[in-house]
Amino acid sequence: MCLAVPGKILAIDDDENGVPMARTSFGGIVKNVCLVYTPDARPDDYVLVHVGFAIGVVDEIEAERTLRTLESLGQLDELSANEEAAAVGNPNHDASPLSRSRES
Amino acid sequence: MKHLDEFRDETLAARLVAEIEGLVTRPWVLMEVCGGQTHSIVKYGIDRLLPGEVELVHGPGCPVCVTPLEMIDRAHSIARRPEVIFCSFGDMLRVPGSETDLFVLKSRGADVRVVYSPMDCLDIARDSPGREVVFLAIGFETTAPANAMCILQARQRELPNFSLLVSHVLVPPAMEAILASPDNRVQAFLGPGHVCTVVGYGEYQTLVDRYRVPIVITGFEPVDILQGIRLTLRQLEEGRAELENEYPRVVRSEGNPHARDLVGEVFEVCDRDWRGFGPIPGGGYRLRPAFHDFDAERRFDETGDRVPEPSACISGTILRGVRKPHHCPAFGRECTPEHPLGATMVSAEGACAAYYAHGRHLASP
Repeated sequence: MCLAVPGKILAIDDDENGVPMARTSFGGIVKNVCLVYTPDARPDDYVLVHVGFAIGVVDEIEAERTLRTLESLGQLDELSANEEAAAVGNPNHDASPLSRSRES
Repeated sequence: MKHLDEFRDETLAARLVAEIEGLVTRPWVLMEVCGGQTHSIVKYGIDRLLPGEVELVHGPGCPVCVTPLEMIDRAHSIARRPEVIFCSFGDMLRVPGSETDLFVLKSRGADVRVVYSPMDCLDIARDSPGREVVFLAIGFETTAPANAMCILQARQRELPNFSLLVSHVLVPPAMEAILASPDNRVQAFLGPGHVCTVVGYGEYQTLVDRYRVPIVITGFEPVDILQGIRLTLRQLEEGRAELENEYPRVVRSEGNPHARDLVGEVFEVCDRDWRGFGPIPGGGYRLRPAFHDFDAERRFDETGDRVPEPSACISGTILRGVRKPHHCPAFGRECTPEHPLGATMVSAEGACAAYYAHGRHLASP
């Protein structure tokens, strides 16, 4: 139900009601996706799409960072143990974007 | 496909399994909250790759499963009306109410239509001015932005023949109900990645602090799930209880502010009955009074009495992670996806349906 799939934006245009829409490719299958919740999305961006709505833009840098970390698992155990920070928030619920789990 | 294939990579998955094996020293019980995660875990056999000490129990994150019987009956009652075009996501059609399901009603002449997006209903309403178009709006926080936009557009486009039958549910109150239950076995959670894409993870930090329980916000691909499991187990083994985000490529701490704003404009938090749980305080959304004109329950004056679950069904205990599908004597016998007895067999994302689809009824794990 919460299935959401990344798709690549091909082109953006408003529909006849003024709602921003994007022709979006899902591995070659093209569908129209509503961009009202991702107004900053641009052609060539990947958006995460749920029931016809983009609910987020995929952060390519974070995706690469996660993959690089995973690829280094087992090779850099000792080095990465200290780097692999854990908490994303603190007891004051101050969840700053900079305090995300960093696995570099 | 980019952003999917890399996170299904066998080599990475094998590396993560090896890491997990090296990490675990004693038994742990983890719950994946989201039905989409359950589906991936069973589909890829992730639970069978893990050391014997690690038990995955399957959470309540399947909105189709937790929609109460009386709401299903209400939907059927509205769908039976001759003036109504009843629109739904496809996975609600097979869900049994106390008498029938939407497929059967459709075969008997009811105008039941499957839509991909709630926005599709607006064009149907525009093209059918003499009819009442009703959308069965179920889902978690992930789906609420789509339904909110649908209502706002219906108002802007002046479509008075459109309404929503709202049965929205919210994840954190259900997690709290599990944690507060005296028979709780769950020691840590894989958090729902797409719910958090919309709402962020502030409420999950509150649960971490209040119950000292590790939560790792996790994606849906096999590599994501294994990494979520690894981070969760590492916390447990080290005696930590923290919030971590395994899924930073789409989940930000604040979620999606545009979506949160519009959802807050249209919906307000309410108490809601969950199939398998009963009433959960703050467990759902309803339309705000300014949008009552679009509320199908009010428009059709539909109310329903509470309807008891079939007695053979143990889905309540499965949804809370207390038992698993193969513990149920009816699983795979009287209860199958074609003839589901209860909540967790009715949707592909329900734990029982996932176990059945991948042959778990043929041999116990």
